[in-house]
Amino acid sequence: MDRRQRLRRSLLYVPGNMPGMLQNVPVFNADGVMIDLEDAVPLAEKDAARALARNFLAAFPDRSKEIFVRINGLDTKYAVDDLKAVLPGRPDGIRLPKADDSEVVERLDTLLTEYEERLGLEIGYFSILPSIESAVGVLNCVKTAQASRRIVALAFGAEDYTASLEIQRTRSGEELLGARMQIVLAAKAAGLQAIDSVFADANDMDGLRADTELVKRLGFTGKSLVNPRQIDIVHEVFRPKQDEIDHALDVMEAIKKAREMGTGVISLRGKMVDAPVVKRAARTIRTAVAFGLIDYELSDEVIYGQE
Amino acid sequence: MARNSLGREVPETWHGRRYDPYQDPFSRMPTTDRATRPLVRRNPGESKVLPSLRAAIEKSGLRDGMTIATHHHLRNGDVLLNLIVGELDAMGFRDICIASSSVHPVHAEIIPAIRKGVVTRCETGVNGLIGELATKGELDFPIVVRSHGGRARMLVTDEVPVDVAFIAAPCCDETGNLNGVSGPSACGSLGYAFTDARYARKVVAVTDNLVRYPASPVSISQSDVDYVVVIESLGDPKKIVSTTTRVTRDPAGLLIAHYAAEVIDAAGLLKDGFSFQTGAGGTSLAVADAIKRKMLAQKIHGSFGCGGITGYFVDMLEEGYFQTLFDVQCFDLRAVESIGKNLKHREISADLYANPFNRGSVVNMLDAVILGATEVDVHFNVNVNTESNGYLLHNTGGHSDTAAGAKLAVVVAPSIRGRLPIVRDEVTTITTPGETIDVVVTERGIAVSDAHVELKQELVRRRLPVKDIRQLQAEINALTGEPRPLEFEDKVIALIEYRDGSIIDVVRQVKA
Repeated sequence: MDRRQRLRRSLLYVPGNMPGMLQNVPVFNADGVMIDLEDAVPLAEKDAARALARNFLAAFPDRSKEIFVRINGLDTKYAVDDLKAVLPGRPDGIRLPKADDSEVVERLDTLLTEYEERLGLEIGYFSILPSIESAVGVLNCVKTAQASRRIVALAFGAEDYTASLEIQRTRSGEELLGARMQIVLAAKAAGLQAIDSVFADANDMDGLRADTELVKRLGFTGKSLVNPRQIDIVHEVFRPKQDEIDHALDVMEAIKKAREMGTGVISLRGKMVDAPVVKRAARTIRTAVAFGLIDYELSDEVIYGQE
Repeated sequence: MARNSLGREVPETWHGRRYDPYQDPFSRMPTTDRATRPLVRRNPGESKVLPSLRAAIEKSGLRDGMTIATHHHLRNGDVLLNLIVGELDAMGFRDICIASSSVHPVHAEIIPAIRKGVVTRCETGVNGLIGELATKGELDFPIVVRSHGGRARMLVTDEVPVDVAFIAAPCCDETGNLNGVSGPSACGSLGYAFTDARYARKVVAVTDNLVRYPASPVSISQSDVDYVVVIESLGDPKKIVSTTTRVTRDPAGLLIAHYAAEVIDAAGLLKDGFSFQTGAGGTSLAVADAIKRKMLAQKIHGSFGCGGITGYFVDMLEEGYFQTLFDVQCFDLRAVESIGKNLKHREISADLYANPFNRGSVVNMLDAVILGATEVDVHFNVNVNTESNGYLLHNTGGHSDTAAGAKLAVVVAPSIRGRLPIVRDEVTTITTPGETIDVVVTERGIAVSDAHVELKQELVRRRLPVKDIRQLQAEINALTGEPRPLEFEDKVIALIEYRDGSIIDVVRQVKA
């Protein structure tokens, strides 16, 4: 499967310096986790967190979920040590903070290639999740999104972003609208997913729900989370409705027939079914399968056609 | 010594009494009559009010070697047992047996009297230091641990006759009509004391709130009470009931609760008439919360909730999720307020609640119960009495009663506690036999007893993490390693009695 299509409704931050929380990573049903070596970890514990993260990666070989490591910014002295410590444990990817421009991503790309060679992994093994979290980052994100083939999604970091604008983040989040739209557009234009920022108040479930509903409407495909208690609500919001599932299944049936007839376009109830419609249907089905709503095996051949 | 059906070595006689080894949960039934006590005649004008505890002790006819009882509704706020033992000590009593409904950490105050020989036997389970010292061999105090139903049975069958029951009465009149719903020491239900009032040879009501006749409502009536004593205070209200009991916020606890609710749903129990018991801990309440949401979504009207009652269950009663609450013990202020005014919130005795020998108790009507554990083993046996250090630290409560009674007994526990794995090859102490446990839920997976093939299939169909209990154990051990086994002396310091009176396990002194 194209890793850009992987289901990422929920990416849960887990502080790298908290063994009790790392130990519970396999337990929660987030689509992915982001082991944090950056903001959650005080300077005095950077070393310990690296060691814990490395040991955790070694002790969790059957990956039921995608694992990113949020390293410290490439402009800090910690980043290289972070990579050195965690890459041998083969995380799926790196969440890159302060991805202000394409150059930063390119630098990480180069570093990852070096490690892949050293570790005997195929080039491109590690993915990158750039975090757009400043005014300049937002303005540059169209180019950033295209900086590396490793990128699977653009992530938004609203806390740092509002700080860079010298404004307060509000519960309703009007101040984020411009940045969010820019990121969604940049991501979608590059064929990537868009992952929204955390909702920091882990006790405000109504606020979380409203915020998630908003970003889903804007085009985000998932959200970063600060607490496992947030998973269920985010999944609920991203849960496809029954008529969406039914329609997606109809689209699949239609395109299957079309492929059999040797074409990539067919009409379904008077509406044209072509590649983008099929891709969207595939995503709906993938999500529905993840929710346990249906059993369905997607075939790349049906979705993309034979080469 | 004999080996019981669960493979535990248990004594057939202990401190002069005979015991049967545990066989199975549902067969044992001695042929005997209910206990009786002498008739008493009270004529008009006779007063029951005595000036002091000492006067009551004297009047009661208590002698060396006899047995006293108190109830534990005042929990860790209780001062009455300490006051009585202090008085017994001052009066020179020796060799008294305590058959209270439970003993709490606050009662560590009686330890000097135990060392002195004032109190020498304990026909009740204990919470806290007394049990710890006994397990370490530092206190010579034979303990028989019983469930709530088992204790009621013990009184009803006269296996352990109580000579004098001292009943802490938060609201009481001069004739001994009493209740727990008002006064500075209000604790709500007096369910454990009902049985004492019926079967003890002498009954002394002790109150810090003497009201004008008649005290109403009447929980325990004047026809059962011999004497009334007024003291300054029965206890510390802050420690009697919690001001609030809350749903956990711990994500792992919430996940466990979510799984447990799914198990109950998958078992097909969530339908009109559903009955349910859960504890007052954060995870237990989270299960109640998850169940409530399911009941709302599926428009289900339950029949009753029972056991220790929390404000959470009171809300469910008031919002129509249950017809009735059967309350043996109030855990918080909301429950105390409710039991005093809501006729659907019923105060019930431990006998009605859980005694296996009484023509049928409430637990037999339970659909689902959520239970805790300090350990479970691969045979689904559960320990709630001892901790991983082998110390006897907790009483049984209604654990084995509800497990036996309910259609579905679900144990919820974190997979790891204090770095130690919760699933063991053999539990240190068997409180509740695996034969009566249906499902074990941890955040790392759900283990279903082999007796429930269909439930297991349904849980798999719902994509819940069903695991064989040995697989679950292996996963946990991979994280924690296998703890070194505890070492024990031969000396038995406590018996764990099953609810039917047979001996399911013993607690031995730990090696120093």
